[in-house]
Amino acid sequence: MIVVVGAGPAGIAAALRAQECGARVTVIDDNPSPGGQIWRGESTNTWVERFRNSGIPILAGTRVIAADAAAHTLLLETDENSREIRYEKLILATGSRELFLPFPGWTLPGVFGAGGLQALAKSGLPVSGKRVVIGGTGPLLLAVGAYLRQHGAEVKLIAEQANIQSLAGFAPELLRHPRKVWQGASLQWAIAGVPYRTGCWVESAEGRGRVERVTIRSGRDGFPTSSSWTEDCDYAAIGYGLVPNRELEWSLGENPPDVYIARTGEMEFSFVEGEIAGLTAAGYAERAVLLHPKREKAGAFAAALDTTFTLREELKHLPAPETFVCRCEDVTCERLRPFDSFRAAKLHTRCGMGPCQGRVCEPAASFLFGWPAASDEGRSPRPPVFPARIESLLPVTKG
Amino acid sequence: MITLRLNGRALSFPDGITVAVALLQSGQLTFRTSVSGEPRSAVCGMGVCFECRVTIDGKPHSRSCQTLIREGMEIRA
Ligand SMILES: Cc1cc2nc3c(=O)[nH]c(=O)nc-3n(C[C@H](O)[C@H](O)[C@H](O)COP(=O)(O)OP(=O)(O)OC[C@H]3O[C@@H](n4cnc5c(N)ncnc54)[C@H](O)[C@@H]3O)c2cc1C
Ligand code: FES
Repeated sequence: MIVVVGAGPAGIAAALRAQECGARVTVIDDNPSPGGQIWRGESTNTWVERFRNSGIPILAGTRVIAADAAAHTLLLETDENSREIRYEKLILATGSRELFLPFPGWTLPGVFGAGGLQALAKSGLPVSGKRVVIGGTGPLLLAVGAYLRQHGAEVKLIAEQANIQSLAGFAPELLRHPRKVWQGASLQWAIAGVPYRTGCWVESAEGRGRVERVTIRSGRDGFPTSSSWTEDCDYAAIGYGLVPNRELEWSLGENPPDVYIARTGEMEFSFVEGEIAGLTAAGYAERAVLLHPKREKAGAFAAALDTTFTLREELKHLPAPETFVCRCEDVTCERLRPFDSFRAAKLHTRCGMGPCQGRVCEPAASFLFGWPAASDEGRSPRPPVFPARIESLLPVTKG
Repeated sequence: MITLRLNGRALSFPDGITVAVALLQSGQLTFRTSVSGEPRSAVCGMGVCFECRVTIDGKPHSRSCQTLIREGMEIRA
C-alpha cells in the first residue's frame, strides 16, 4: 500500500496519480478535511472533488507523529486514539507553514499570521466589518487581502517589506506565467482601492489585552531616512513567507528506502511534484519523467518569487531585548542572542521545547541571529515529530 | 446548528466550523494564558503554533483550530 502524508495539492495529485496506476492508496492529513492550505474549506474545488469521488480512503484529523524507516511504519494520532500503520511506499507531501518574525506586541491576541487569518476565515470566521492590517512579504499577502476583502473586511493596508525595485523585477515574471499569479492573486480588481505599500513593515503592535493598533515603519526604498505611522485595527495578519514542513522527512534519516518526497512551493509546483511522486511510487517513473519540463517551469517561477521577496536586514532588529521569540516557553530575544545555534539555545534555555517543538521559533531565530538552518545542522529530530500523548508513544518505546 | 458549552455557557454555532472559530465568533479572543501570564490567541490557523490550545471534553492542550465543533462539546478556554 502507498501511504500519502498530506492532502494538499501535492498529496491529492500524488494519490490520484498512484491510484490511476492501479496502486492501493491511503491519505493521511492533520486537518479535518482535505485541500491543504490553499483549497482548505473549498468544497467546490475540482481537484478536491475528484479526490473525494476517487474512493481513496483519507484519515482526516489524523497526524503522523513518528515514522520508522526500517520497519516501514508510521505512528498516527487522532484526538481519540493512536495506532500504527504500515506502508510499502511512503509519499511525504507535508507542505509548508508560515514564517513568523517576532516584533514587540506580536504575541497580542488579534495578531495572526497572514495565511493564519485567511485559514481561520476559511474555517468560518466572519471578518465582515473588521479593520485589518496585513503585513510581511510575498504574494500570499495579496491573496489574503483579496480573500478578506471579498468577505467584507476593511483591509486598511498591505505592508510589503520588499522594496519597489525588486517588485519591478517580479512583474515580467508574472507576465511570463500569467495564469499562476499565485492563486488568488490575479486579483488586481479584488484589491483595488486597498493601499499596497512596498518597503514597509509592521514594527510593533499595541493594545490592552488585544491588538488595537500597529506601527508601520517605511524604509523609504533606498533613502537613508525612514518614517513611521500608526494604523488602528481589529486584527493584524502578518507572515514573512513560507517554511517547508520537513520534520517528518528528517525523522526518517538519510535516504530512507521507499520514501518519496513531494517538495512544496506555490500551488502548481506542489501539484506537479505530487504527480511525479505518485507516479514514481506506483512504479511508473518513465511517465513521471514526462512531467519534468512542467516542474522546471513551475520551479523557475518559485525561484523568482524567492529572490523578489528576500527579507530585508532591518527585520532582524525588530524584536526588543524583552520580546519573546519562543512563544511556547516565553523565551526572550536577549536570552537567545548569546548562542550560535538553535541547538545550543535549546540546551540552555527552554527555547523550542514547547509543544510547537520549534516550528515557530526555530526559523525565526535562525533568521534573526544568522544561525545555520535546521537542515544544515545535520539535525535528525527524534520521534515524535509532533508532541504526542504518552500513551501514543508506548508502542514505539516498547519496540 | 450545533450547541456546545463554552466555559459552562450553552452556545449555538453553524455546523462545520472549528472550535477556534467558535471561540472567536463568541467574542472570546484569548484562548490561553502563556507561561509568563500573557493572554494568547490563535496565530497560524493550521495546527502548527499550538497557541490555540484549549480544553475540549476534558482533554487539555487540544488545538482548537484543528478540531471541528460537535454537538454537546464541552470547551474550557
Ligand atoms: C497559511 C498558508 C496559506 C496559503 N495560502 C495560499 C494561497 O492563498 N494561494 C496560494 O497560491 N498558495 C498559498 N499558500 C502556499 C501553499 O502552501 C501552496 O500553494 C499549496 O497549498 C502547497 O500545496 P502542498 O500540497 O505542497 O502543501 P499544503 O497545502 O500545505 O498541504 C500539506 C498538508 O499536509 C498536512 N501535514 C503536514 N504534516 C503532517 C503530519 N505530520 N501529519 C499529518 N498531516 C500533515 C498539512 O496539515 C496539510 O494539510 C499558502 C500557504 C500557507 C502556509
Ligand atoms: S492556531 Fe496555530 S495551532 Fe491552532
